Amino acid sequence: MGNGTELGRVRALGSAHSGAHHWLLQRYTAIGNLFAGLFLLFSLILTTDFSFKAIHDWLHAPLPALIAGLFVISTFWHARLGLQVLAEDYVKDNANKFAVIAALNLSTFAGAAFGLLSVARIALGGA
Amino acid sequence: MAQIEAKPAARPLSPHLSIWRWGPAMFVSILHRVTGDGMALVGLPVLLWWLYAVAAGPVPYAIFAGHAGAWYGKLVLIGLTYAFLSHMASGLRHFVLDTGAGYELKNNALWSILTPVLALSATVAVWVFILLR
Repeated sequence: MGNGTELGRVRALGSAHSGAHHWLLQRYTAIGNLFAGLFLLFSLILTTDFSFKAIHDWLHAPLPALIAGLFVISTFWHARLGLQVLAEDYVKDNANKFAVIAALNLSTFAGAAFGLLSVARIALGGA
Repeated sequence: MAQIEAKPAARPLSPHLSIWRWGPAMFVSILHRVTGDGMALVGLPVLLWWLYAVAAGPVPYAIFAGHAGAWYGKLVLIGLTYAFLSHMASGLRHFVLDTGAGYELKNNALWSILTPVLALSATVAVWVFILLR
């Protein structure tokens, strides 16, 4: 980047040519959240028994376990994308922004892995 | 030594919150961000705690259920229900806007007001159903 003319100062600061990918993934994961979230919400509303055994038996069955696992992937992915926009909007300093987005990536991947391991333990462990 | 480096001129910034007059579309846009980031920062940890508790056994589950069933736990769960339904409603509005529809001033303002109101009604319906059955 030059420091002389107006043009020199802004050169290479244009479009990143990659925003549409982020935007589309936000939509795709939103559709996943919509269906998986409504499935879990309606299941929980229609349940009258919130005891450990009832909830464990329900999540132990193949379809609820599958939906719960997909919900974890979809929501953490969607949250990663959304929080990234938050950081990009409000963290001005480039070094801080890099640090925040690095921490965001690590924590969302860690959270999703923890959630999936929990679902796997419920689904594959003893009833 | 000739100093040729020009100080970068203050460049114009796009107007932000303090400039615009408040309107329904602005409100629902901010609400969408607040509910989304709120769910990411509060809802996902609650989701993980719940899944962990169900995976870990009756004792950790009882600890989770004890907090979730207490007044402050219910408050958080009601808040998360509203955040989920509100974010879902304004998210569905975004899908419509993505197609290029719904930008007429009256229509846009109408749905901007309707999405949080519908979400509030649905939240009340869900919790009345859960608590009064």
